[in-house]
Amino acid sequence: MTDAPLVLINARLFDPSDGRDERGGLLIENGVIAAIGPAVSARSMHGARVHDCQGNVLAPGLIDMRAFMGEPGAEHRETLRTASEAAAVGGVTTIICMPDTTPAIDDPAVVDFLMRRARDTSLVRVHPAAALTKGLQGREMTEIGLLREAGAVAFTDGTRSVTDAQVFRRALTYAAMFGALVIHHVEDPCLVGDGVVNEGEFASRLGLLGVPREAETLMLERDMRLVRLTKGRYHAAVLTCRDSLDILAKAKSEGLTVTGGTSINHLALNENDIGDYRTFLKLAPPLREEDERRAMVEAVADGLIDVIVSDHNPQDVETKRQPFAESANGAVGLETMLSAGLRLVHDGSIPLRRLLHAMSTRPAEIVGLPGGTLTLGAPADLIEIDLEKPWVVDAARLRSRAKNTPFDGARMTGKVMTTIVAGKIVHQYRDV
Amino acid sequence: MTSHNPYAFSQRHLLGIEGLNRPEIESLLDMAEEAVSVSRQIEKKKATLRGRTQINLFFEPSTRTQSSFELAGKRLGADVMNMSVSSSSVKKGETLIDTAMTLNAMRPDIIVVRHHAAGAVHLLARKVDCSVVNAGDGAHEHPTQALLDALTIRRNKGEIDGLIIAICGDVLHSRVARSNMICLAQLGARVRLVGPPTLMPPGIERFGFEVFHDMRAGLKDADIVMMLRLQRERMNGGFVPSSREYFRYFGLDEEKLSYAKPNALVMHPGPMNRGVEIDSSVADGAQSLIREQVEMGVAVRMAVLEALARSLPND
Repeated sequence: MTDAPLVLINARLFDPSDGRDERGGLLIENGVIAAIGPAVSARSMHGARVHDCQGNVLAPGLIDMRAFMGEPGAEHRETLRTASEAAAVGGVTTIICMPDTTPAIDDPAVVDFLMRRARDTSLVRVHPAAALTKGLQGREMTEIGLLREAGAVAFTDGTRSVTDAQVFRRALTYAAMFGALVIHHVEDPCLVGDGVVNEGEFASRLGLLGVPREAETLMLERDMRLVRLTKGRYHAAVLTCRDSLDILAKAKSEGLTVTGGTSINHLALNENDIGDYRTFLKLAPPLREEDERRAMVEAVADGLIDVIVSDHNPQDVETKRQPFAESANGAVGLETMLSAGLRLVHDGSIPLRRLLHAMSTRPAEIVGLPGGTLTLGAPADLIEIDLEKPWVVDAARLRSRAKNTPFDGARMTGKVMTTIVAGKIVHQYRDV
Repeated sequence: MTSHNPYAFSQRHLLGIEGLNRPEIESLLDMAEEAVSVSRQIEKKKATLRGRTQINLFFEPSTRTQSSFELAGKRLGADVMNMSVSSSSVKKGETLIDTAMTLNAMRPDIIVVRHHAAGAVHLLARKVDCSVVNAGDGAHEHPTQALLDALTIRRNKGEIDGLIIAICGDVLHSRVARSNMICLAQLGARVRLVGPPTLMPPGIERFGFEVFHDMRAGLKDADIVMMLRLQRERMNGGFVPSSREYFRYFGLDEEKLSYAKPNALVMHPGPMNRGVEIDSSVADGAQSLIREQVEMGVAVRMAVLEALARSLPND
């Protein structure tokens, strides 16, 4: 790389990986962090380009462990390009994209295609998670070794659970041979049935079929026992209820190699936000009661839940402008993930350090990526955040090609001002 | 070759390697050495089993094992009859025991049995009056294969004591692996098992063998690399994702073989899947003993039949 060095000055250096929180500057050379600390200033770094952070937080870029792409196969909803633009605006510098594409990412050639497309079109880093079973069918494991060599960083059937315990057992066992990470969508499709919202009073008032929490807890309990049997490396993609937290806590205390995530939606919203059948809030797993949401927030704060994901899932008019029960699941989230998370920081329920840790440092550790830290030599994937910047989400102005945000019209406090990937500024906020 | 007590083996049946002691195994190998010489003469016939009846009862299709037993019996002068499942009344619903009783009534002297269920040969042996040889029961044992492998190794390496022997591949479903690990350990070898964890029998590490999931580590400094056959129906996602991925990580090619000792020898019980568990360049290469194994198969089976014949009643 021949880019001139870039020095970021007048920053609040905030590193969730090691506790650093101090005024200072940061020097980027050759796409990595070359110097950091109070002594780094524009004057000390002669010849470098200068970016003034004006006292804003400078933190590692976010690593989103769960985002769905429309490419290949559904480019009218989202391409790697549009998703990466949304990511850059939202401060996400690395996307782990899910294999639920057409064709599914279940062959090394598709991994290769995706990585080349991302290299040529994406503003941010993209690492594919490959399918755990062929065609996401839950019957036969994929070529985990060859997919890994091609560049897949994790193995998952995306929005599908592997219901056959024998298949899942063998896949975990086989993946463990490579130390490969298995990410599982924890929702028993039999118990989900035709359910479309959280089971309970709210569902019954709306006349909608519900999804019981047991769809999640039974599957998670099964998975924990299979992890114990196979010594596999396992991550529960999106957990949503208190009972799941108990199961996860027990598994962790037994020393199993398990981690858990939740989505920003399940931390910021509850089932009542669905209101008058708003399909943009139709998610899988569904939004739960307020009690469950609060339990999830606490679990993020205390670290039991390791990771927060955007669960970015672009859907179009044809899949969302439908009666509630018939509309597709999913919401876009790359652009709003951090700001929605900052709400929980501002109201005192999650410390800023833990929020950023769950969105950058911890995902990097779990997936095995070098980012999520401001240490010397780390990739210069950085975000400058104005914690107090007020703004209003306007679906029409989202960079994402699909506009199915559950936060349309929401007032946010805190915004990403600058996003840097490998030392290059890929987004800079401008008032309109 | 030190000669041991030639009468050390005096069992009525050969149902497995498990339970045989070292002198018993070695006496069978010594007898097999003699059978090799017989088989290499122009006059290949002996009269040890003259007048005896040997029935090869194969509930599972087999070409090489069945013909090897047939040839062994014939070279010893026995009347050999082959019965395979497709022509037997098992297909008509007869139970294993009924088949055994029917055959027993024909007064054979030796029955050679292969069955797809582990333990079936033992069950049959309890119901008949003659000697029974296990020619493979499920994923349990295949004792004559282990003996022929031991003979092949001994003839090429002088002795088995202290050799590092890596048994690689589908250990889970392999009766060849089970018989071999017991046999070779009895003879003083250091046995390693190498394969993906989905094809390792649970609890195998408690057998006392070293287990590897990486070919390069498992083959390091090995004297013998013994490959196992991967059944086609196990290649497509059930136990391993595909034959190409299996070949990549567990197929024996020259690169992986280079981790073993320079004079390491390669074995395979056959039939081989070339390009799946073994590369042709290795299977047909200078280090391969695969053809010699087949020759030793006849000799070992002659030795087993002869040894069993000694304890048959003579009046």
